[in-house]
Amino acid sequence: MSADRNVGAAARALEPESLIENNASLHDITNAVCAPVETEVSKTPIGWIISFVIALGMLGVFGATVGYLVWKGIGVWGNNQPVGWAWDITNFVWWIGIGHAGTLISAILFLFKQKWRTSINRFAEAMTIFAVLCALQFPLLHTGRPWLAIYWLFPLPNQMSVWPNFRSPLLWDVFAVSTYFLVSALFWYVGLIPDLATLRDRAKTRVRAIIYGILAVGWRGSNRHFQHYEKAYLILAGLSTPLVLSVHSIVSFDFATSVIPGWHTTIFPPYFVAGAVFSGFGLVMTLMLLAREFYGLKHLVTMRVLENMNKIILVTGTMVGYAYAMEFFIAWYGGNPYEKFAFLNRAFGPYAWAYWTMISCNVISPQLFWFRKIRRSIPMMFILSIFVNIGMWFERFVIIVTSLHRDFLPSSWGYFRPTIFDVGMYVGTFGLFFTLFLLFLRFLPMVAISEIKGVSKHADSHGPSHGVGHGHGQQVIEHSKETH
Amino acid sequence: MSGYTPSKSGLVDDTFGIVAEFASPYELLEAVKAVRKAGFSKIDTHTPFPIHGMDKAMGLPGSKLPWLVLCGGLLGTASAIALQWWMNGYDYAYHVGGKPVVSYQAYVPIGFELTVLFSAFTAVLGMLAMNLLPQPYHPLFNHPRFGRFSDDGFFLSIEAKDPSFSESKAREVLKTAGGTEITLIRETPET
Repeated sequence: MSADRNVGAAARALEPESLIENNASLHDITNAVCAPVETEVSKTPIGWIISFVIALGMLGVFGATVGYLVWKGIGVWGNNQPVGWAWDITNFVWWIGIGHAGTLISAILFLFKQKWRTSINRFAEAMTIFAVLCALQFPLLHTGRPWLAIYWLFPLPNQMSVWPNFRSPLLWDVFAVSTYFLVSALFWYVGLIPDLATLRDRAKTRVRAIIYGILAVGWRGSNRHFQHYEKAYLILAGLSTPLVLSVHSIVSFDFATSVIPGWHTTIFPPYFVAGAVFSGFGLVMTLMLLAREFYGLKHLVTMRVLENMNKIILVTGTMVGYAYAMEFFIAWYGGNPYEKFAFLNRAFGPYAWAYWTMISCNVISPQLFWFRKIRRSIPMMFILSIFVNIGMWFERFVIIVTSLHRDFLPSSWGYFRPTIFDVGMYVGTFGLFFTLFLLFLRFLPMVAISEIKGVSKHADSHGPSHGVGHGHGQQVIEHSKETH
Repeated sequence: MSGYTPSKSGLVDDTFGIVAEFASPYELLEAVKAVRKAGFSKIDTHTPFPIHGMDKAMGLPGSKLPWLVLCGGLLGTASAIALQWWMNGYDYAYHVGGKPVVSYQAYVPIGFELTVLFSAFTAVLGMLAMNLLPQPYHPLFNHPRFGRFSDDGFFLSIEAKDPSFSESKAREVLKTAGGTEITLIRETPET
């Protein structure tokens, strides 16, 4: 008897919190997600309009900065010898890293059947695409003449009959990042098809019916279609998983294959990937907290989802902390005096302020997530998610600038300072990002309607004999009860 | 239009099929089993999300898409290797740092990226092609209630092309299975 009761209590304790609160019906879910997209133009929320105007203003800053940069040349940036790569590459790596959370959520968590991902995957995938777009601006404009860069970035025939050097990690980067962008966009679009059909079927005006109709490619929820569709989705998830790991690995090769002390290390690929996921979850968290508050989606993006995200931030933050420690260990254990100097210089040199900002934001602050209270406190997770973003930007800055500013010869040492154009372009990419993101929130469903319905209790196809349990995990618990 | 047969009135019979609604995924799944038992095969379901166990209930063979994607992926790998070998090793041989002209180790990253790129495009375009999408017009869209499939409706359709199709038999089977709003659908909108 008592054994039975213990098993029952254990089963209750193991029973996960519901993914969707308030017992929402399928129709409620459709309404909740479609509402922000279907608001009439005249009733657009004032908060959205204000945000959009600010975003457009920042986009204007981007346009002006880029215009001047192209007019004058990249000398308007602060980079010069010895710091030839500075904010531009820092921002590039940072934005690319931001994107990685989207792919992790959409692909890796899908393969691991983490059902909680369904409320945030659309949102995070959109973020991926826009972040990669922002990232691409920096290397493209660092070429100085982007309209000619196409000949040295892509293998196109030209009048000199010269091809790009395929042994260069910079060229691998071009292929990795453009593949990543295209595959992410495909993945996002495939996931959107059933939801675009929902918007088409609910359209009140002819224009909406036609636009969403074209985008929905005539989707009619057919099971014969779903069969191929689900297979395609699974394949895309399977392809994106190694892809996302490869992209930041290849980005890290830009540094790791050089001979600069502080860059020439084999830990870079895994360390960059962990950092990318860490920073990406930080930004997803910041934006998701605002969006769920603003659009009333708290019953779809539940505390359980947020807590899980905080756990991933804790894990990846700890991995990043481990990588920092290991870099120091190897700098000492490797016995290379330049390497040793590079790391002491990082922590105690002229850029020590940047290094310790990085350590406080990336290593110390996420450790607070060990406490359940903090993992479940909205203000705390909001603040910490911003710390993560700041910390990860500084990580890229520290790696790039501190390694370059004092290399082998003291006669060539220097100190990098950003100019107003460095700042303007970085701020400007936020304008680009938020403009696209706000348009996404206004015109596309921010939660994957079809997928979230699939994890609701209404999706149960097992019939009444199974009772309340719909998740397979719960059934396992029920079966174990029966065996006792 | 070979599927069209003249009806008794002498006009072309443009029946597309018959469609019914069910209250839940479970009822739909049971109805599919019943409809198949009654001898219909040209059936389909229309639901807001894919239903667990429906492929088996409908007796669909597995999707061939993975094989197509495998071919696409291999083509990607081959293109990447050919591209890099031909450009740097043959057409304009690069001598850098005393390394062999054909240094295949360096081909790995781009080889991988193009494999993924080609596979992803094959998966998406292949999926659309196998589903005969985009398809802007479909008779089911004439059904005024059909739009609910993308919200909370669970529909089952039986096509008139089914060799054992007869309207009365289809109606009866669907009704016994618990279907509501059983409606005959025409190929073209009714005027």
